[in-house]
Amino acid sequence: MEKIEKTDMIEKKDKFTIGNLDLYYGDFHALKGINLNIRPNEITAFIGPSGCGKSTLLKSLNRMNDLVEGCRITGQVLLDGEDIYGDMNVNLLRKRVGMVFQKPNPFPMSIYDNIAFGPRTHGITNKAKLDEIVENSLRSAAIWDELKDRLKKSALGLSGGQQQRLCIARALAVEPEVILMDEPTSALDPISTSKIEDLAVELKDRYTIIMVTHNMQQAARISDKTAFFLLGEMVEFGETDQIFSVPKDTRTENYITGRFG
Amino acid sequence: MKKARETFMHILFLIAACTSILAVVLICVFLFSGGVPAMLEIGVFKFLFGTIWKPGNNLYGIFPMIIGSLYVTAGAILFGVPLGLLAAVFMARFCPKTLYRILKPAIELMAGIPSVIYGFFALVVIVPWVKNTFGGRGQSILAAALLLGFMILPTIIEVTEAAIRAVPNSYYEGGLALGASHERSVFFALLPGARSGILAGIVLGIGRAIGETMAVMMIVGNQPRIPGSILEGCRTLTTNIVMEMGYAADLHKEALIATAVVLFVFILIINLSFSALKRRGK
Repeated sequence: MEKIEKTDMIEKKDKFTIGNLDLYYGDFHALKGINLNIRPNEITAFIGPSGCGKSTLLKSLNRMNDLVEGCRITGQVLLDGEDIYGDMNVNLLRKRVGMVFQKPNPFPMSIYDNIAFGPRTHGITNKAKLDEIVENSLRSAAIWDELKDRLKKSALGLSGGQQQRLCIARALAVEPEVILMDEPTSALDPISTSKIEDLAVELKDRYTIIMVTHNMQQAARISDKTAFFLLGEMVEFGETDQIFSVPKDTRTENYITGRFG
Repeated sequence: MKKARETFMHILFLIAACTSILAVVLICVFLFSGGVPAMLEIGVFKFLFGTIWKPGNNLYGIFPMIIGSLYVTAGAILFGVPLGLLAAVFMARFCPKTLYRILKPAIELMAGIPSVIYGFFALVVIVPWVKNTFGGRGQSILAAALLLGFMILPTIIEVTEAAIRAVPNSYYEGGLALGASHERSVFFALLPGARSGILAGIVLGIGRAIGETMAVMMIVGNQPRIPGSILEGCRTLTTNIVMEMGYAADLHKEALIATAVVLFVFILIINLSFSALKRRGK
């Protein structure tokens, strides 16, 4: 903890500092010289057409790209001033930087065990403590009232929207600092989508949220900062209000007014 | 002209399909018509639970053989399942590609080795080892269980590996994203998704073990009595049939067919539970 506080001061409280990040899948140059600082307790949205690299950038923040064969990264990603591609233990990194996937992916086990998976992974075995974590996580994800009577039931029996909120609760259970959301509502109906959006806004007081979205209204509705990507480059980054009202770059303007993408 | 050819081929396929079904039906008819009267003549209870098998004295109790089959099969499961399961997990999730290119064909080859060769191997390697390590005559339940444990490995590995590969990778990624290690994600997030497939593999393995004859006969001792320990020999349902079929006549022969009926019912139960598991997996 001490160490984090110290580096906080040095880095002026930026949660993530991304410097000259280049990423290659084999020969394909997927991210080109990304420089981006992400502030804590804000929602940062990544927007852009398919294949622009926004999901790739998101996944390089918790090193899920390590799974992709032939993926090579140069440059720097600092979390609270610490290089996540340096000495940092990747499992501890992913504990600090949680992730919610595009398609809800609850484990094939009970709701309770889904939430308890993370805490158990990190060494919590006390039943009372686990009960408490499960309840708190589900409450934070605003799904406790719906699920409290069926904690022992399989998570696969839930609706898509419930599954996604369960996945958010599961991510919260390991007490992350950052939550990455990769198009978390693209597989959901409008009502579930709005619940997830409300949830994201609620959660930003306690967490830093980075969300990839295809839905520009969604970015405009809930995010504080927006980054626009095109062909592996970050074209523009700034306050969401400014990006959507007076974009500086004509490519951003063309995209958000629907001329391509 | 073309129409006629289509019809001809259609009938040909139909005949081919019917032939295989007919074979199964004929086996059932032969078994039950040959075995059930003998069972009734001996008395179903006396036949199934009688502990003495002495055809010379008209005593036909196959309980020792049922116990023998169950012991040997249970032992095979005990050895084979953990080994096969871990091997499958390794092949699906831990194995480097170059090693996989050797392992996979090796396991397929294992499935194709004739059982008499397994029997020889056991006779030369496992039996002396059991004898020297644990005592007894060597030809024993333990030796047979060890060998059968090996013999069911390819079945268990192949079915389990396929089941693990069929589980969506998103479970695994979900585990990693929570900070779980590769091992933990595989064993605790991915494997539960393959549960029914793994069970199906185990059930198929049980079917193979209980039906195995030749290799078992070579090393199990074949004494028709209820064994006192796993270091003693015993006789299984399958070996009982093969040992005596050559010279049996009349009721003795029918009693052997009735033994086959019991074996058949065991296999039937196993196959039914296999398809039930497969259905549940979908």
